Amino acid sequence: MAFTFAAFCYMLALLLTAALIFFAIWHIIAFDELKTDYKNPIDQCNTLNPTVEKVKKIKRVKIALKLVLPEYLIHFFFCVMFFCAAEWLTLCLNLPLLAYHVWRYMSRPVMSCPGLYDPTTIMNADILAYCQKEGWCKLAFYLLSFFYYLYGYVFHFRICPSC
Amino acid sequence: MSTAGFNSQNGTGTGQTYANGPSQNPVALQQLPGVSYSMTHQPIYNPMQAKAPSPPGPGPYPSAPYQPVPPVSSYQPGPPLTSYPSSLGQPLLPRPPLSGPPSHTPPQSASPSPGPRMPPAQATPPPPAVSSSSYYPNPQQPMAPAWQYNTAPPPMGPPTSISAPPRGPVANHVNPAASLAEPRPPSSAPYSTAPPPRVSQSVTQPPGPGMPPTSMLGYSQPGTAPPPMNPMVPNAYQPGRAAYGPPPTGPPPIMKPAPPPTGPPVASATPPPPKGDGAVAGNGPQASNSYNHVDNKMAGLAQPGPPGRHLGHYPSLPPGYQNTSAPHGTSSMHPAMQAATQPYTQAPQPYQQPPGGPGPAQLSPSLAAMSLQSSTPEALRVVNLLQERNLLPPTPVPAPTPCLPQDLQKINCNPEVFRCTLTSIPQTQSLLNKAKMPLGLLLHPFKDLSQLPVVTSSTIVRCRSCRTYINPFVSFLDQRRWKCNLCYRVNDVPEEFMYNPVSRSYGEPHKRPEVQNATIEFIAPSEYMLRPPQPAVYLFVLDVSHNAVETGYLNVFCQSLLDNINALPGDSRTKVGFITFDSTIHFYNLQEGLSQPQMLIVSDIEDIFLPTPDSLLVNLNECKELVQDLLKSLPTLFGKTMETQSALGSALQAAFKLLSPTGGRMSVFQTQLPNLGVGALQSREDPNQRASAKDIQHLSPATDFYKKLALDCSGQQVAVDLFLLSAQYCDLASLGCISRYSAGSVYYYPSYHHQHSPAQVERFQKDLKRYLTRKIGFEAVMRIRCTKGLSIHTFHGNFFVRSTDLLSLPNVNPDAGFAVQMSIEDNLDDMQVVSFQAALLYTSSKGERRIRVHTLCLPVVNSLSDIFSGADVQAMTGLLACMAVDRSVTASLSDARDAMTNAAIDSLTSYRQSVLTVQQPGLLAPACLRLFPLYILALLKQKAFRTGTSTRLDERVFAMCQLKYQPLLYAMLMIHPALYRIDDLTDEGALNINERTIPQPRVLQLSVEKLSREGAFLMDTGTVMYLWIGRNCHPNFLTQVLGVPNYAAVPENLHLLPELDTAESQRTRAFIGWLRDQRPFYPSLHVIRDESQLKANFMQNMIEDRTASALSYYEFLLHLQQQISK
Repeated sequence: MAFTFAAFCYMLALLLTAALIFFAIWHIIAFDELKTDYKNPIDQCNTLNPTVEKVKKIKRVKIALKLVLPEYLIHFFFCVMFFCAAEWLTLCLNLPLLAYHVWRYMSRPVMSCPGLYDPTTIMNADILAYCQKEGWCKLAFYLLSFFYYLYGYVFHFRICPSC
Repeated sequence: MSTAGFNSQNGTGTGQTYANGPSQNPVALQQLPGVSYSMTHQPIYNPMQAKAPSPPGPGPYPSAPYQPVPPVSSYQPGPPLTSYPSSLGQPLLPRPPLSGPPSHTPPQSASPSPGPRMPPAQATPPPPAVSSSSYYPNPQQPMAPAWQYNTAPPPMGPPTSISAPPRGPVANHVNPAASLAEPRPPSSAPYSTAPPPRVSQSVTQPPGPGMPPTSMLGYSQPGTAPPPMNPMVPNAYQPGRAAYGPPPTGPPPIMKPAPPPTGPPVASATPPPPKGDGAVAGNGPQASNSYNHVDNKMAGLAQPGPPGRHLGHYPSLPPGYQNTSAPHGTSSMHPAMQAATQPYTQAPQPYQQPPGGPGPAQLSPSLAAMSLQSSTPEALRVVNLLQERNLLPPTPVPAPTPCLPQDLQKINCNPEVFRCTLTSIPQTQSLLNKAKMPLGLLLHPFKDLSQLPVVTSSTIVRCRSCRTYINPFVSFLDQRRWKCNLCYRVNDVPEEFMYNPVSRSYGEPHKRPEVQNATIEFIAPSEYMLRPPQPAVYLFVLDVSHNAVETGYLNVFCQSLLDNINALPGDSRTKVGFITFDSTIHFYNLQEGLSQPQMLIVSDIEDIFLPTPDSLLVNLNECKELVQDLLKSLPTLFGKTMETQSALGSALQAAFKLLSPTGGRMSVFQTQLPNLGVGALQSREDPNQRASAKDIQHLSPATDFYKKLALDCSGQQVAVDLFLLSAQYCDLASLGCISRYSAGSVYYYPSYHHQHSPAQVERFQKDLKRYLTRKIGFEAVMRIRCTKGLSIHTFHGNFFVRSTDLLSLPNVNPDAGFAVQMSIEDNLDDMQVVSFQAALLYTSSKGERRIRVHTLCLPVVNSLSDIFSGADVQAMTGLLACMAVDRSVTASLSDARDAMTNAAIDSLTSYRQSVLTVQQPGLLAPACLRLFPLYILALLKQKAFRTGTSTRLDERVFAMCQLKYQPLLYAMLMIHPALYRIDDLTDEGALNINERTIPQPRVLQLSVEKLSREGAFLMDTGTVMYLWIGRNCHPNFLTQVLGVPNYAAVPENLHLLPELDTAESQRTRAFIGWLRDQRPFYPSLHVIRDESQLKANFMQNMIEDRTASALSYYEFLLHLQQQISK
């Protein structure tokens, strides 16, 4: 069998991580837009006359903030896959992030709907800075793991033909 | 240009909205007492901010990251460098610490004739002399302060007269160093703000110098907790302890049980001070003798190290005095600092500038002068909190004045409207972190003002880049160009702006009202409208369940509304509507043409809909009779209801649907926990846990229903005001969200009942009247801009933050305050001043779009001592309270309490380590911060944060709401109530307002020790006043004021003073009335006796006393000292 389950997992993780990287970038952009909103003088004077641009931006931010749960689920999904494939090392590398996700979601503000960010506190400078930092860290993590999965994929794919 | 108009009347022109008369001209009031502003600077720092992102950590303010300051021992190398180097405005040589405040010796050498008279002066380093001469017009002046510190504070009258005599003798006999070393009277509170000179002080203050044992009473309240403390207290008064050099590391010196050896020195050391003045004034040698005497006693105690350094600066001291400086080396900083005060108060004159816009050219020299000025404030006078008891000023604490050139300060924003915790802004964030004080603004933007210039202009001049409104602190480069003071962009002056409508002249843009007033209102043109200005819309949502009918609030409400229906702010478009609810929702069709109101009941509360969408909100003018009919019949309509359930959530949803097309104000009256339909809540409070619980649970909302609804409301410009009248737990923590995020306000009347609580009923009536008739602004937004480099960190108050600097306020009312935490993002190196601008855009009740702009200008400083001297202790306390509320909700109450204590510890530690160049034992604070520990303790004992005392959860949450939402002026009363003795009111020093004489008793410390059985005392806690009658109260007071023959006849539930035609009664009522007039809400009055139930409430406010669960003030100070010297 040329194509083991582990190789399949790595391939899947590779693709999904690419998506996660995309999410992370979007996340960073969204928070950056939230933060630098007031620094754009054109927008600033038009606060009362929302332009199309502004509405688009708000939508973009909203979508980005809603991507949190899918991101967590995707990550959880391929963690389970690695577990099934008995890729313990890879799983161990991912466990801290998994734990962080669980903790983050458990400690979210009181909300009746899924989501992580409370619109009333999101503009707090500390929370904003924290979320931005979180975004950058995750981006770095996903990028590294992308290459790790690539290596894992190639590694498994290469070994298997010989067996 | 003819469009520009200018009138000085208040904005919306609704006359009745300015009902709270006297308070509206606060500036005038403040100036009356004649107290200089310099007394009240206080430090603050940002402890919360540091830790906010990482809740788990135990220590709220990790001190490690803050420790840029070298340890204590490193003081020796070069303290002076940090003390005043840059503030002198020229590169000074490193100077010894004492020469830092140049007021003593330098001026002397600069004087024309000092040479022969003052040998020591020759030894002073030349640079200070130069610098000092540049800003002391009269070389003699600086002499005075050196003495003054022992007599009385500079701002008061006496000092000048006292300071005059010493001059001659000083020059002749006592050299400056000796004067510096003059024994700091160890016990008599020399800094008490009372004007009397020392001699009389020893009379007025029982814990006087010669009697250390009695002075214990000063600190530990007699009744409550004396035993453990007493033995230590005497030590606290010792002027010279063994611990001179580095502060004690182990147990604080006070804890050492060694009264006998130290006792005698005190006794012998204390007599000189009272003599000092007279002796110095008339007889130099005698004075020096007494100093020698002191020396001899103390010399043994003194350690050679630090004092030796001082000697170095005064090499010419006669040998006899060299010793003196050693023992008193520790206190030598005080006079030095103190001396600064006088130049400070006098300094402004030389810098007076021609009136008119501060042009850039004028600005820089004046700023240079300013920094000189700031080097020597009274605010930095060192106060040993453990020794000085009477720190509380006799009058309300005024706001400190920023150290700005006079012409800028004259036009600066009123501190009641716009206030900063640090009136001198640090140059960098690291400096701010070092100072460990919170940086933030406190605003009262929509305050009722008696003088408000209103400008009508077709173009509102704003910076093209940052959109700042033109303000008094911009600079005009020439006639046609101005430079923004926030982003420094150069803008053109529009043609229209060249004409000045006030003087009707052309070509004087800097004389326009916009450039002459820091607070101004613009009538906005149509660019500022997103939609046509909305009409005033009022919707009342009333709980009519059985519980609500029981309380009987409906009668009061309907009657108040009937009385004030014509005074509701609005125009011909004003709309009103009513919804009542119990387990169903009742709408009222008030459409014109109906003979009587029609009630429509919707019982489908799960899916609420509006039965007749267009006739539920009706024009008030057209349907006034129907509305009046309804109000008359409402109380009886539900008289027999047995419905006990409450579907508040659905009612709110219905109200939101009704209001969302227009926006407006929703007033919700609720008397019980909502328990039906959406938004139903459960009781979360366990009454048995109130006192014992280690940490208070359930401070955060149980559901986000109300928050989400509030955000929806905010988006549709609907504000929700909540009136909670309930005896049981109502979960205000959850319900309050509806007001908090929609910029409403919350009123809470615990245990309201129309018969059982007449005081509550009266308060409810008065509050309703104010609520219904006060000014209101609709669809408002407020933006706070600040100079480039500063940024806004967190907002506090009721609103929704829409963008980093923009608050969405569906309604704005004149009683709402806001607080803002700031951080410094970029260094402010090249700036001398920074500005903050708050612009509030709103629709008035007359349908006009208006912008109210407040601009505050503050100096930038780069030394820690300047930061400390500019600290505003009240603003700091207010901001810390807001931060602590947030912390209690996000982390825990104990965390918040620790944070507040650490705030005091950190700022005082920082002061001790970085500003004080000479270490001495005791708990040292700059004069401007002297009340900080007291206020922190008061916060810890405040209803919102106290532990160990039984406090209902709702009351606690309500106190928290109020701390965040009340303007600082009123919040301070909540935190630290004012206590007056009113059985001996006299007309001495009375105010005269509107031909009424208002006596001004002095503010007393909140300690049982201040009470006496022979007196009557009034405690003003902001919303409630307690009049405590002593058991042996003078019969005269009982008969003339209370109208009862004797103490036993004082009724149990008296909440109204009888209107007797006696001088005493008139004075008392005038005073209480004056206090009430100063605030927009109505404080209820309770007359209490020893056996009254409310006595516990009264006593809980005695915050300087020890309670079963909380420290006394003195114990708290000891705790602080222990922490600081660690």
